[in-house]
Parts: sequence; structure tokens; C-alpha cells
Amino acid sequence: MDKRKALAESLIALGDDHLILGHRLSEWCGHAPMLEEDLSLPNMALDLLGQARNLYTYAGELEGKGRGEDDFAFLRTDREYKNLLLVERPNGDFAHTMLRQFYFAAFMEPYWQQILSNSSDETLRGIAGKAAKEMAYHIRHTGEWIIRLGDGTEESAKRVRAAVDALHHYTNELFTLTDAMRSAVEDGALPNPETIKPIWSNTIEHVFSEAFLTIPDVPFPQQGGREGHHTEAFGHLLSELQYMQRTYPGMTW
Amino acid sequence: MVTALKRMDANSHDDAKARAWAAASAVPDPEVPCVTVADLGILRSVEIEDGIAVARVTPTYSGCPAVLAIELAIEAALLEAGFEACIERVMAPAWTTDWISDEGREKLHAYGIAPPVKGSAGGKLALFGETQVACPRCSSVKTRKISEFGSTACKAHYQCETCAEPFDYFKCI
Repeated sequence: MDKRKALAESLIALGDDHLILGHRLSEWCGHAPMLEEDLSLPNMALDLLGQARNLYTYAGELEGKGRGEDDFAFLRTDREYKNLLLVERPNGDFAHTMLRQFYFAAFMEPYWQQILSNSSDETLRGIAGKAAKEMAYHIRHTGEWIIRLGDGTEESAKRVRAAVDALHHYTNELFTLTDAMRSAVEDGALPNPETIKPIWSNTIEHVFSEAFLTIPDVPFPQQGGREGHHTEAFGHLLSELQYMQRTYPGMTW
Repeated sequence: MVTALKRMDANSHDDAKARAWAAASAVPDPEVPCVTVADLGILRSVEIEDGIAVARVTPTYSGCPAVLAIELAIEAALLEAGFEACIERVMAPAWTTDWISDEGREKLHAYGIAPPVKGSAGGKLALFGETQVACPRCSSVKTRKISEFGSTACKAHYQCETCAEPFDYFKCI
């Protein structure tokens, strides 16, 4: 596969992860369990949307078809989005949202770090320098919450355990590669997610042990987002996300 | 004669560069207006290239909603100072709070925002690890973090346990 095309495709998939998770977090705005979290959730959403914009913009340049961030965000159909199933899962309760964010941040922080130190692509190193710091913040914030909930009341522990049961089987997809990503890995632009796995597992094990949580066995890992096969929840998310552009095509602020 | 002319060119070039820097660097940050874009280290450089003032800007956060406003304000300031202006967004190296000038730190403090604790940028803090932040009002170090995230992406929320006043902390990144 053409190198530029492969990298562009890979970055669109990564951008999709960030856009969709950012959108999910933004749904909390005005609904968080307390004021401080009502500030923190949109703040984290903002980080993710910023990272998505950087990824989409660069992917558009590489692709050379004149597509920009808005085209990727608003004008594609569900099958064209290649985000992980994990990030499109509904918010559920606060424990679900914190755990989903923790799983993702624990993966992305070392992923960006590896791009920063090893990527052959200068623009990506620039994007990664900023994003790595932001994701370190997300790990800390969500990791602390997982511990508070797991080591909290009977109710909070029950809820975070239910979140682990509901979400852990989506984490395997973090470590899968599409053909385009494999080509970008071989080219030295992106890290191999397999090398992230030990770091990710370490972070999860450390926080889970403090939170009295056990890592469940996953006999049937769920994946498919990277191929464009999504869960039902995704269609609802997309209709909300794209409503304005679909109703008033080409509208601008 | 030729050398003298060249020197004059060089002089007027330096002069233009200084005027352009003066105009661009005076632009206040839209969210923390007590400091300028130069104080924060967001404005990396202003060069005169082919008669155009080129300002290079590095965003604080990937999703900072003020980036566009900052770029437009710098462009407007340069236009007002009589320059044709061009703004370039520079992503690498990534902005760090270590780039905030000493003057900027003093201005933040006077405004009631605790400046980032020096030298703590870049390092990863342990879970529940807290940086000791001094209260910008009474200077007590008996403070506690209320929220990792404050009123803008770049700030965390703290409270002083001595004077009980809540305050913003410009977090280290």
C-alpha cells in the first residue's frame, strides 16, 4: 500500500477514536455528579477533540483530496468510521465513563510517548508531544477515580465492578492492527500496539489492585470498529453528532 | 557605499522586526488577560520574511478553544502596526509551562492565579500525588486540590486551608 495513503487511513482511524470518545464525554456536560466533574469531563473532551482535529487535518493533507477535519467529522457514514468499539460505548453511569476513559488513556499515553521518541514522521511527533502530556493527566484523573470507587462504598464498588464486566472485553481491540496501520508501523511512523501492551497491562493491574478489582477473563473479545462494524449505540451517536450538517448541508457558524 | 547601504537595510530590517515583536507581544491572552502571549511563551518568534511579518505561535493545549482567537488577535495587532501579517502554528516542540516568563509568573500571582511550580513540568505525577502549591493571596502552603480541572483547560482548582480562599492554579504541563 502507498505509504502516504496508509498513514492517512491510520490517522483517520485514530482521529475517529478521539472524536467519538470526545463526543461521548461532552454528553456529560451539565449532567455530571458534581460541579468539579462537570468541569473535568468537558475539559477532557476538549483535549480529545483537539487531538482529533490535529489528526484529521494532517490526514487530510497526506490524503491530498482536499478533505479537512469537518469532512471527516460530519460527512461520512457509519461504516466509514474506524474507531474502536470501546470509545463508542454509551456513557452508562459515572463509573462506566471513568473506566472507559482510563482504559483508553492508559493506552494512548505510552502510544504518544513512543511516537514522540521514535516516529519517523515529524508532524506526528509534534502532535504527540502535546497529546502525551494531556493523556498523562487523564490517566491520573480517571485512575484516581477508579480507586476511589473500588475502595469506596459498597455501592460504588458494585458499580465499578459492573463497569469492568461491561467494558473489559472491548479492550482487546486496542492492540489490533488494520492493514493500513501495519504498513504505517513497518514504515516507522506509528508504534506497534503490541509493544504498548505490557505498559498498558501494568497500569491497569496497578490501579485495579488498589481498587480491589480483578481483571476478568475474556473468552470472547469484542471488536470490529476498526473494520467499520459498529454497535447499535453508534448510529444514535452519529445522528446527534451530524445533525446540523445533515439538516443544513454546508452550513457554517 | 554598497556596504553602507546594506547596513542601512539591515538596520531598518532589525527595526521592523523590533516593531513587529512589540506589536505582537503586547497581545493579551483572551482567557487570562493579565498576561500577554509573550509572557506565556505562546508567541515563539516574529520574523520579517520578504517584507511580511511572520509570527509563530504554539498552542498551549491540543483543544485550547482560544487558539484561533489568539492567532486573530496577533494578526490584527500586526496589521494595525502597519505590517502585512502571516501566522504560523508550530506544534513541535510542544508548549510547556516552563516557557512562562518570570514576569508572566509574577503577573499571574498578582492576578490571583498560582503560577505553575517551576521545574515540575513533564514529569509524571504518581496517583494521588500532589504538588505543593502556595496560596496566591496569603502565601500559605497549606492548600488542597479541589479539582484537577478548573475554569479553563490550563488551570486546576485549589483551596487554601489557611485563609479558606479558593483559587486557580496554572497547572504544570
